[in-house]
Amino acid sequence: MPAPAQRRIIFQHIDEPGYTNDIGCYVRNGGYEVLKKAVGRKPEELIDEVKKSGLRGRGGAGFPCGVKWGLVDRKSGKPIYLIVNADESEPGTFKDRYIMHQDPHQLIEGTMISCFANNVKQAYIYIRGEMPHGARILEKAIAEARAANFVGPNILGTGYSCEIFVHRGAGAYICGEETGLIESLEGKRANPRIKPPYFPAVLGLYQCPTIVNNVETLCHVKYIAEHGGEAYSKIGTPGNTGTRIFCVSGHVQRPGYYEFPAGTITMGQLLNEVCGGPLPGRTFKAVIPGGSSAKILRFGERFKGKRKVGAEMLDYDWGVEDVPMDFDSLGMIGTMGGSGGVIVMDDTVNMVEALANINAFYSHESCGQCTPCREGSLWMKKISSRMVHGLARPEDAALLKSVADQIPGRTICAFGEACSWPTQSFIAKFGDEFKQYSETKKTAKPEGAHELV
Amino acid sequence: MIAPAKPDLVTVNIDGKEIAVPKGTNVIEAARLVNVDVPHYCYHPKLSIVGNCRMCLIEMGMPAVDPSTKAAIMDPATGKQKINWIPRPQIGCGTNVSPGLHVKTLSPMVKDAREGVMEFLLINHPLDCPICDQAGECKLQEQATGYGRGYSRFIEQKNVKPKRTQLGPRVTLDDERCILCSRCIRFSKEIVKDDVLGFVDRGSYSTLTCYPGKKLENNYSLNTVDICPVGALTSSDFRFKMRVWFLKQTNAIDTESSVGANTVVWSREGVIYRITPRRNDDVNDTWLADSARVLFKAVKASDRLTAIKINGTDGALDVAVNAAAELFKSNSAPGAIAVVGSGRSSVEEQFLTRKLADALKASTQLVSRVGQGDQLLISADRNPNVRGALVTGLITALPFGELTGLGAQIDAGKVKVIVAINEDLAAAGLTSAQLTKVSVVYLGSHFNASSAAAKVVLPTLSPFEKSGTFVNQQFRIQKFFKAVPGPVGATDDLMVLAKLVTAAAGLTLPAEINALWKVIAAEVPALGTMAFANLPETGLLLDATPFAALPFAEGETLHYKPAQPAVAAATA
Amino acid sequence: MNLKPETLSKIDEVITHYPTKRSAMLPLLHLIQEDIGYLPEDTSEWIAAKLDLQPINVLEVITFYPMFRQKPIGRRHVKVCRTLSCALLGGYKTCAAFEKEFHTHLGEVSPDGEVTVDFVECLASCGTAPVVMIDDELHEKVDVAKAKQLSDQIRAEAKQR
Repeated sequence: MPAPAQRRIIFQHIDEPGYTNDIGCYVRNGGYEVLKKAVGRKPEELIDEVKKSGLRGRGGAGFPCGVKWGLVDRKSGKPIYLIVNADESEPGTFKDRYIMHQDPHQLIEGTMISCFANNVKQAYIYIRGEMPHGARILEKAIAEARAANFVGPNILGTGYSCEIFVHRGAGAYICGEETGLIESLEGKRANPRIKPPYFPAVLGLYQCPTIVNNVETLCHVKYIAEHGGEAYSKIGTPGNTGTRIFCVSGHVQRPGYYEFPAGTITMGQLLNEVCGGPLPGRTFKAVIPGGSSAKILRFGERFKGKRKVGAEMLDYDWGVEDVPMDFDSLGMIGTMGGSGGVIVMDDTVNMVEALANINAFYSHESCGQCTPCREGSLWMKKISSRMVHGLARPEDAALLKSVADQIPGRTICAFGEACSWPTQSFIAKFGDEFKQYSETKKTAKPEGAHELV
Repeated sequence: MIAPAKPDLVTVNIDGKEIAVPKGTNVIEAARLVNVDVPHYCYHPKLSIVGNCRMCLIEMGMPAVDPSTKAAIMDPATGKQKINWIPRPQIGCGTNVSPGLHVKTLSPMVKDAREGVMEFLLINHPLDCPICDQAGECKLQEQATGYGRGYSRFIEQKNVKPKRTQLGPRVTLDDERCILCSRCIRFSKEIVKDDVLGFVDRGSYSTLTCYPGKKLENNYSLNTVDICPVGALTSSDFRFKMRVWFLKQTNAIDTESSVGANTVVWSREGVIYRITPRRNDDVNDTWLADSARVLFKAVKASDRLTAIKINGTDGALDVAVNAAAELFKSNSAPGAIAVVGSGRSSVEEQFLTRKLADALKASTQLVSRVGQGDQLLISADRNPNVRGALVTGLITALPFGELTGLGAQIDAGKVKVIVAINEDLAAAGLTSAQLTKVSVVYLGSHFNASSAAAKVVLPTLSPFEKSGTFVNQQFRIQKFFKAVPGPVGATDDLMVLAKLVTAAAGLTLPAEINALWKVIAAEVPALGTMAFANLPETGLLLDATPFAALPFAEGETLHYKPAQPAVAAATA
Repeated sequence: MNLKPETLSKIDEVITHYPTKRSAMLPLLHLIQEDIGYLPEDTSEWIAAKLDLQPINVLEVITFYPMFRQKPIGRRHVKVCRTLSCALLGGYKTCAAFEKEFHTHLGEVSPDGEVTVDFVECLASCGTAPVVMIDDELHEKVDVAKAKQLSDQIRAEAKQR
């Protein structure tokens, strides 16, 4: 089957010749019309539209946005905050970067609609420290929007006021975790909070109810406010509505970002047709489908089981290429859609070395607050890097797996899973490569192979 | 007195045992009530909950209900309501009880989680228990026995961090031993409000540090040593002095102010090595001032009185008591004898002091000591037991800092003999000229101007060498016990006072504390129903209403609010 | 602390963005680092006084976030991405190329004082790997040849100063 056509609703103007990131260009293309209409509606209606849309968060967890908004404590009498999570840091993910750099007003419009719907008077955009240009572009865009009365006091004469400020991070992956982000925004080390009791919807920023939404998610909200939740829910597949942006990196001919109706494209179509297949003379070996913490898939493995299609239960028997790229299908085969970051590895890659690279990342990014993640992530890094640079023992595979098994489900935040899933899945799928590595490393690397650690 | 509000009780099931616990109790504390130990490091009952060590992971579940009808779902196998167990372990410290909560602390999931955490804590921890001061009272060591695997799978290089850092005058830090539980940081921030400790760097390289240029030198710094679950923070004074398992523990009371913080005195073969806090949730929680921990140094001080003196020459106790009796007899005119009792004496000593004064028809006075309170565990009243003197009737009004009235009576030729108990008359304002006009009978543990000027010197014991009770600022009567024997030549204060009473009045009173308490209970209405042996270790509140009108010196401290605004606070 | 007047006014302005002063921690650290080039020793005390905190509260934050540095670096900061997608396409070689071009080692100031090369974690531009940030500027698809070209450019710009 040929790959479906891209449907760019969020990335509509990305890379469009002549499209600039100033408000003039945005307004010429119909910008802020949705906000103008939205502020004339009842906030509850907007929340309902989002609930009806089935929109799932695009930050990684895929949590339904309408449900998230529904959890907000609106009776506390405390102000409600909205934080735009623009701390795009899951390796393999690079979609929000383009929205903020090329189409910042789309984000601001989506943010203001979401603020209005939730009676938020103060929003913060927490942007990665490594995107200084992005921060400047957003600041300029907010100033433009403020001058045009789309942000700030008495928006469009409605009496509703809301301010947005940009807040820069400083190089900590853990700030993508919403409670870590909140701590960071409060001027502290980004140690994630224990939940209970610190659910952001109740005790978030400054102990007030807080909504934390990903950049892309808020752009979807703008689309939903424009076209209605029902219309949006018809894009994609049930349970995986709207479009999905895939960020493809690694060993493909055409890496980049591609937006499709969710659930309509398979891994094979995405990698082979859209991205042009493997590099010349190479074959695909493995792919991480949802950011580097997602469990790896090995080309050649098969997934069998039953799945629900409409009202029926159907058998499926998939190779990696056959898997639909949606939250539920990827979840079914033991990995996740996550943030949409697809990292492709071809047959030049040694999996021990690739894992050593990933482990170095996670041990560097562990906040160090809770024991299993702090000690486990560094231990895994030390083992895998020793295997590459020093002594590799056949028993290291089992040791790595055992260490990884002691982490997930026992930590304060989901970083425990993020740092252990790579090791667990690499060993499960490529255990032989780990056991044989002491021999493998004595032989010459395949031509074109890069040093990974 | 207002009875404490009855807490709402919640019934929970821990390892199959049902127990009703107050709402808001967490799983660790609830388990404690059914004698189930949930191991933990970062959790401390008096500090905020951070849930970072992950040692207290437990398995928990809630009774199943039908989501639509809310009806209980029954388990046909047991005939009881089905329990929905959460598939991943939860932290006991951060989980508060809710009705019907079920907890497993011994399941394979819990055991596996504990073993995992233990292994992680140990991989970067130096295995230097043989040279570590914490050995014997180290939580890591204890729990490694229960949950350790007995060998190490870790063949990598351990992290290298600073060793033997002096954090302040009294606390030494070994960062390699630190398990990053953050108790010390939270204590400094939350209890003492001296925010000088923190973690620098990140991940496994996180390192406990005192801000460069600052010192951990507040008067509560040693509490960080107490609450450090491992050997990272150690007492610079106690370091390498003695293995804790050789030490005998004796319950005692901090004598430096009227707070009456509860303590444990650690000794071996008659030598005291350290003092640590003893938990009392109504007095000092789990804390103790650093200054309270050095008081034992006075026990072995070179100025201890160890020789009974009669007119400057050594003599036996009975000879000295007779000499005092002679003085009493030859000055039998009413008002010729004055007794200076002490707010540092025990209730029992104060009772006998009053009996002595009654027998001698002597006036009684105390010497007050007032300083700045620290709003935590040191109050403005630096005597531990002024209220004991009120309760026993030794005094009826609050004492002054100087014995001006007594001085005037000496100068007027009325007072000829002074019995001074643990109080230096010179320090209390009497001039040396005045001291030469009177005959002093001195009872005390250390040398001073009064003992030097006394006709009769009766060396007595320090608080560490005897048992008794003090009444603190809350009117809580609290027991303390003899930790070490007194020096040769010193006699128990009760024995000396009882002998003096006999000499003065022909009355025989017991010097043994339990027997004496029978007399006290019979004569002091406020203590009427009590016996020394039966007093709880955390004390008993007495009725303070008879003294409500007195202008006590104390301002607010931990667990104490003055009944009326203190004078010091009003003028501050 | 010798800060430019415009930095000081930016600092005062940014504090107003938050209901509690402490939230201005990261913005202040960025502003001071942009002004001075690094965070001098007295930064913690200066910010603590400004935000009504204790110095340890600031030091804890400075050392948590890798972008903050407590030592001066070269005039230009070359940050090569080390993470998987870039490594798969030669990030390690790119990094080595910069080190070689400036005769320096990771984290050190090059002998000519011109650059500090750092190997950093994911820069969120994985589709154009390997990527390098030189100061605030992102450079895409930086293979060894492009690394040389960028190095030449840095040296050329240095000469013009």
